[in-house]
Amino acid sequence: MADQTLRKPSISVTPEKYQALTQQYTPKPTISKNVVRAFIVGGIICSIGQLFINFFITLGMVRVEASTAATATMIFLGALLTGLGVYDEIGKFAGAGSIVPVTGFANSIVAPAMEFRREGYVMGVGAKLFTVAGPVLVYGIATSIVVGFVYFFLH
Amino acid sequence: MFEMIIPAFIVGGTICVIGQLLMDLTKPTFTPAHVLVSFVSGGAILGALGVYEPLVKIGGAGATIPLSGFGYTLAKGAMEAVEKRGILGAFSGGVEATAVGIAAAVFFGYLMSVAFKPKG
Repeated sequence: MADQTLRKPSISVTPEKYQALTQQYTPKPTISKNVVRAFIVGGIICSIGQLFINFFITLGMVRVEASTAATATMIFLGALLTGLGVYDEIGKFAGAGSIVPVTGFANSIVAPAMEFRREGYVMGVGAKLFTVAGPVLVYGIATSIVVGFVYFFLH
Repeated sequence: MFEMIIPAFIVGGTICVIGQLLMDLTKPTFTPAHVLVSFVSGGAILGALGVYEPLVKIGGAGATIPLSGFGYTLAKGAMEAVEKRGILGAFSGGVEATAVGIAAAVFFGYLMSVAFKPKG
């Protein structure tokens, strides 16, 4: 037993070689794939929004009002699809394509609120609705007030 | 019925690509929430500079459906209200112009959160 010559392990790698190998086999950052997906899904969502704008114009709304109504409709659809569990599936594929449109904003409102319902309707649903919407409103409204100030003093 | 669909697709898709690059080229601590906050503030600043308006003219929903469009509407509302009622308009205009969107988000968000159970 003792004098039996041991076969050299067939996989002999130095730490350096191992590092190089892991680097070789780690999936490359899939930025280009993500970008294409974001473009397509984001484009489709905005096209649906445009369809609603066109539809509301045919109902007799002026363009700005039709645009507002279309945004509200897209918020409704984003919230509904999140409730149905569909939007998160789209999100896995689309990345920013489903986050940046207003439907993603609706998703960021419904998803945490739904999750935290067991903590009650006030501190659960009521508070968690604003997990992301809160910061968005804070920075959005604050920026608009600063813009208003600057505009006031320049005119 | 189908006018503006292709411009909306291209402009909207491009804006989402900017969001994707923001996510992929920054640290993981830059979350989707950070993307949304950047877009709303960025849209407001671009709106104030008059850069976003042409994008809305060209892209329609492609520029108004992304959250940068929400920022643009906030800034536009604030500036228009300043014209009408002075400094008070800086406070009222943004929220007034986006009131439908904010109210819809709160109302539909609440409704769906209560009506559905999370999966898994």
